[in-house]
Amino acid sequence: MITTDIIIIGAGPTGLFSVFEAGLLKLKCHLIDALPQPGGQCSEIYPKKPIYDVPAYPEILAGELTDKLLEQSKQFEPGFTLGERAETIEKQTDGSFIVTTNKGTQHKAPVVAIAGGLGSFEPRKPSIKHLQSFEDKGVAYMIKDPEIYRDQRVVIAGGGDSALDWAIFLSEVASEVVLIHRRNEFRGALDSVDKVQELKNKGLIKLITPAEVTAVFGKSKLESIEVSNLDGSSQRINTDNFIPLFGLSPKLGPIANWGLEIEKNAIKVNNALDYQTNIPGVFAIGDVNTYPGKLKLILCGFHEATLMCQAAYKIINPGKRYVLKYTTVSGIDGFDGSRKEAPKAVVKSID
Amino acid sequence: MANDVNIQITDRDGTTHDVLAPTDMALNLMEVIRLFELAPEGTIGVCGGMAMCASCQCYIISSHKLNEKSEDEDAMLSEAFNVKQSSRLGCQIQITNELEGLEIKLAPED
Repeated sequence: MITTDIIIIGAGPTGLFSVFEAGLLKLKCHLIDALPQPGGQCSEIYPKKPIYDVPAYPEILAGELTDKLLEQSKQFEPGFTLGERAETIEKQTDGSFIVTTNKGTQHKAPVVAIAGGLGSFEPRKPSIKHLQSFEDKGVAYMIKDPEIYRDQRVVIAGGGDSALDWAIFLSEVASEVVLIHRRNEFRGALDSVDKVQELKNKGLIKLITPAEVTAVFGKSKLESIEVSNLDGSSQRINTDNFIPLFGLSPKLGPIANWGLEIEKNAIKVNNALDYQTNIPGVFAIGDVNTYPGKLKLILCGFHEATLMCQAAYKIINPGKRYVLKYTTVSGIDGFDGSRKEAPKAVVKSID
Repeated sequence: MANDVNIQITDRDGTTHDVLAPTDMALNLMEVIRLFELAPEGTIGVCGGMAMCASCQCYIISSHKLNEKSEDEDAMLSEAFNVKQSSRLGCQIQITNELEGLEIKLAPED
């Protein structure tokens, strides 16, 4: 069991900045995110795109913003549970919460802050009849352990980076790799496209374009697929595995069943005070919340994170008074023993 | 108003709405759909309008001549579902006076 002061669900900009604000109040944070790396949308969807409305940065790349937020909160030693989705929340008799992920990792804290953005990123599933009944029986939407494909026949569908990269990787593992895409052009890093071309020329990847998978067949497990060319003709291909890789789309997911008040796919919070939800001790900050006048902006998420931390402080330290301190005056004492402070002025007479 | 254009939008439930879209706010079609709340928040414009998701995919019904698809839009549509010949990403279509009378239908949610 991981214990901390604030469990933060979502490691995007708002969640990461919460670590800093909590740290100033001597509160420890642990972040849970379904993606394998911190940064949320900023790292997953548009790391190379510029953002122009982060105060004091005339222009900053989304990936760079993530790096700077991680750097800023580093001395407060946040914990991370990455690549796992927060699945359930249980209130304990002592008032604390236990949040459990889809992989069974348990986290306990007196305060939970949901900074889940648009939700957790789930693979987009093509609408092919009976596809779902073959899930884990030859059909998968992401590759967790490439070894399970050793010496097997694999069909990958998709035209983006992950389809290209996995086709390349699996060409050395699987007995046969077929890559199917709806058009002849692929969108990916240039060297991946070139590599697939090279492997195709060597006969290590079979390319079928422009085409799409239109049916799946099998008894107890996947046995074959139907591939339809865009000219209307179709063929049947025998295979052990079909892996559609069509990117990720965000879904509010299990959080929607936590008993929180939801409006317009977002969690309703009290914006007059502290961004608490209808469950005391559970907060929602950043893009995931809604209230009258809500703006889904990173800078608004930062403000909400700061006020959430103040409320968390009161829950964790009941009755304790608090006086706002400025970092310029007080400096920052990290949990790692580090100290940052303004250089002292020199007092010296001038002759 | 002189700066507004009439657009007919059929939502995902099949209901048709006639909206008056302003041309002086630098809006795109995805934003117009959000402006009039014709699709629930969180189901449209997920990437913010960067042609990096297909949540604003729509079918162009009328025969208006639109701006050409960029490479980004083309690539995104190649990976989207329920794509037809008439598919476009709403976020890539700027609202201009030329769009007077445009008719579109929102594609189903992924």
